[in-house]
Order: sequence, then C-alpha cells, then structure tokens
Amino acid sequence: MAWDKIGIAKRIAQEVQDGTYVNLGIGIPTLVANYIPEGMEVELQSENGILGMGPFPFEGEEDADLINAGKQTVTLRDGSSIFDSAMSFGMIRAQKVDLTILGAMEVSENGDIANWKVPGKMVKGMGGAMDLVASAKNIIVAMQHCDKAGNSKLLPQCSLPLTGIHCIKKVVTDLGVFDIRDGAFHLVELAPEVTLEEVIAKTAGKLLTQ
Amino acid sequence: MGFNKVRASAAEACEGITSGMTLMVGGFGLCGIPENCISELVKMGVKDLTCISNNAGVDDFGLGLLLQQKQVKKMISSYVGENAEFERQMLSGELEVELIPQGTLATRCMAAGYGMPVVYTPAGVGTEVAEGKEVREFKGKKYLMEEAFDADFALVKAWKGDAMGNLMFRSTARNFNPMMAMAGKITIVEVEELVPLGALDPDHIHTPGIYVHRIFQGVNYEKRIEQRTVRQRI
Repeated sequence: MAWDKIGIAKRIAQEVQDGTYVNLGIGIPTLVANYIPEGMEVELQSENGILGMGPFPFEGEEDADLINAGKQTVTLRDGSSIFDSAMSFGMIRAQKVDLTILGAMEVSENGDIANWKVPGKMVKGMGGAMDLVASAKNIIVAMQHCDKAGNSKLLPQCSLPLTGIHCIKKVVTDLGVFDIRDGAFHLVELAPEVTLEEVIAKTAGKLLTQ
Repeated sequence: MGFNKVRASAAEACEGITSGMTLMVGGFGLCGIPENCISELVKMGVKDLTCISNNAGVDDFGLGLLLQQKQVKKMISSYVGENAEFERQMLSGELEVELIPQGTLATRCMAAGYGMPVVYTPAGVGTEVAEGKEVREFKGKKYLMEEAFDADFALVKAWKGDAMGNLMFRSTARNFNPMMAMAGKITIVEVEELVPLGALDPDHIHTPGIYVHRIFQGVNYEKRIEQRTVRQRI
C-alpha cells in the first residue's frame, strides 16, 4: 500500500521540528497540521499575514476578516499575531520561517521546482510560491510520484515553467521519501509495500538507493 | 481649511479618477477589499484602468465587478483564482495580465511608500519572471531588481480611521492595505468606522495619517467569504 494523501501528510509531519515556524501550502501540505505530534510547539505562518494560525472555526463563528492564504476561514491560536503582506514576505525572505511545505507538478534532481503554470492551460498565477521557494531555509515538497498519465514527476530537468531553482531539499510522494542533494534523488524510505523496483521504474531523474 | 480629508461619500472621495489611470486596490481575495470604492468606479464608468491588486475578485464581487463592465485594461496580480469572466477576457486578449510573485507585489508597494526606487528580491530568479530584469549578486546569492510601483490612486479599506487619516486594520483584512495606503499618489480610504480625533490610541495606529489624502465612512459592507471552511463541534 503506497501512501495516500493522509499518509504523505503524516510522514511529512514527522519532519517538523519542535519550536519552529512553518508555512504550509494548499492541498496535502495543509493536512500536515493535523498530524503534528501532541506536545510539540509549532507555529504556522500564513503568508497573507498570520503567525499562530489555528484550525477552521466552528460553524457560525466564521469571520470574513480572518482567512488563510487559501482564502479559507480560520481561527487564531493564543499567542498569534497579525501583520501586513510586506512584513509577511519580509520574514520569509529573511529566513525567519524555518520550514516551507508545498505541492509541485515537477521536481528535478538538482532541486528545481515547477508548480505554477502549464503552457496552454489557464494560468492562475504563482501567488507566494516563488517568494517562498527563493528564500526558505528548508523546503519539503508533497506530491504524487507520477502524474495522472503515469509520467514521473521526479525528473532530470523540469519541463514546465520553473517556480524556483536549486531549492528543494526533500520530496515525499505516495511511494517514499527522497532527499535531493549533489544532483540526485536519494531514497530515504519506501512507503509500506512499495518495492524498490517500482520506485526505480517510476523515477525519471537520477536516483540513488543507498 | 486645515487638512480637510474627510469626504461625505464614495462619490466625493473618488473624484478625479479618470479613464486610463493606474489604481492600487487593497485586499487579499475578497478579504479587506474597498467595496464602496469599487462600486463607485462601476457607477463612474471609468475605463482602461490598470489595477494593481493581489487578486481579481470573483465574477460578481470585488474587482470582478469592474471586469464585468470591461473597465480594466490591465491587471497586475499574483493570483487570479476562480473568475470565469477574467479567464474569458484574458484568453481573448481583451485583458492584459501581468503575474508577479506575491512578495514582490507587496514589496514594490512598500518601496513606493518608503521612497525607494527599487528593491532586490530573490523571488523569480531563474524563472520567466526574471526575463528582462537586472540580476545582481549579493553575498553569493542572486536577486532581481524590482521597481517601486507608480499608482495614481490607492484604494484602501481599513477598520477604523479618524479625520487625520490615521488607520487601524482588523485581522487579515490588513494584508496589502497598509502598504498600498503608503504608495498611492492620492490615497483614498474607506473605513467601517470613522471615529473622533483622539479615539484611536496613537500607539495602536497601523498607518499614520500623513499617507492618507481622503477618508470616508463606508456603508453596507457585504464582506463576502470566498471559502467558508468550518469544523464540526464534537
């Protein structure tokens, strides 16, 4: 059984360190918040201007003035703070945010990422992704290992327009965990019941298995 | 006459905005947008506007209202989301769209408000955003030179304000509003509550009034929620 989305989120949650500031992207990364181990202090940053973001509000307690970067209604935890967009990206650029977790369409063996634009399709924009990947100290990508057509998303080079270069340190997919360094994907862990052969077959970029 | 910043209505506050101008419009998604000013622009019928705003609203709210009336020539945004009319105009070539990183957008506003012609940011290095831009290396890292925005008017939404134009924002409705307030050649602010001088604690003011040229009490705020997400009570 390869990991499903929740499995990927649970595995990434193990990478989150106590006492850190973390920015979570839309999709699987958002789920990571649900699996951060009890007792650990982690403060979530949302780039529209929150530190200390809490869970979704109870029904009837939604506040139109309080949303996250995905435009979802959220709450604030005790000890949270609010700031403007310039300061938000200031703290990202200055590497005060310890970890960024985001999704991707493609990642290359040298740590490039593409996740904002598919030529010929409606382009919605990069949002804060380019700022985050250009500055974050540590970036983990959460994504499926292959696209819907079965093509590998772990590539020698990205084919789609880039979001950032030489920035991704780790990728967690449905098939396993991979560190990126020295121009290769290094297999760290296989998802349950996934074989080495399957990972080799589905990884187009340079893969080192030990 | 003194400072004379208070206006009686959106109509009075928006005087002087004409077709072809560049406007900054505050807000993130539909949160903290200047609803009254946008409605007024629709009434005024000004056209060929260039709008600098993080998003472009939805089909029937926010900047989507201006798009519906084909009043926008160009959008400068970081994310244009789910807006069918926007998509149609963009694909047909009626609407010019410049997509830029969100932090770059915020910082180009900030630079204008701080009197700096350019800023250097690493966002977009090695991507198509870097095309045609100066790249400089500082301490071994590459940065793009990005210019301060130049906007004729900034349209801003604040929570509370006074007659001197001092502003306080509420929660994440703050977003791009403070730096856009600082960046407009003329800054128009609509507030939920226009309070008497002295009612705001000077230590709690987010934007000092020197940046604000006109201020008015907004009416009928809808504050639409784009993604209503809730959790179940256990």
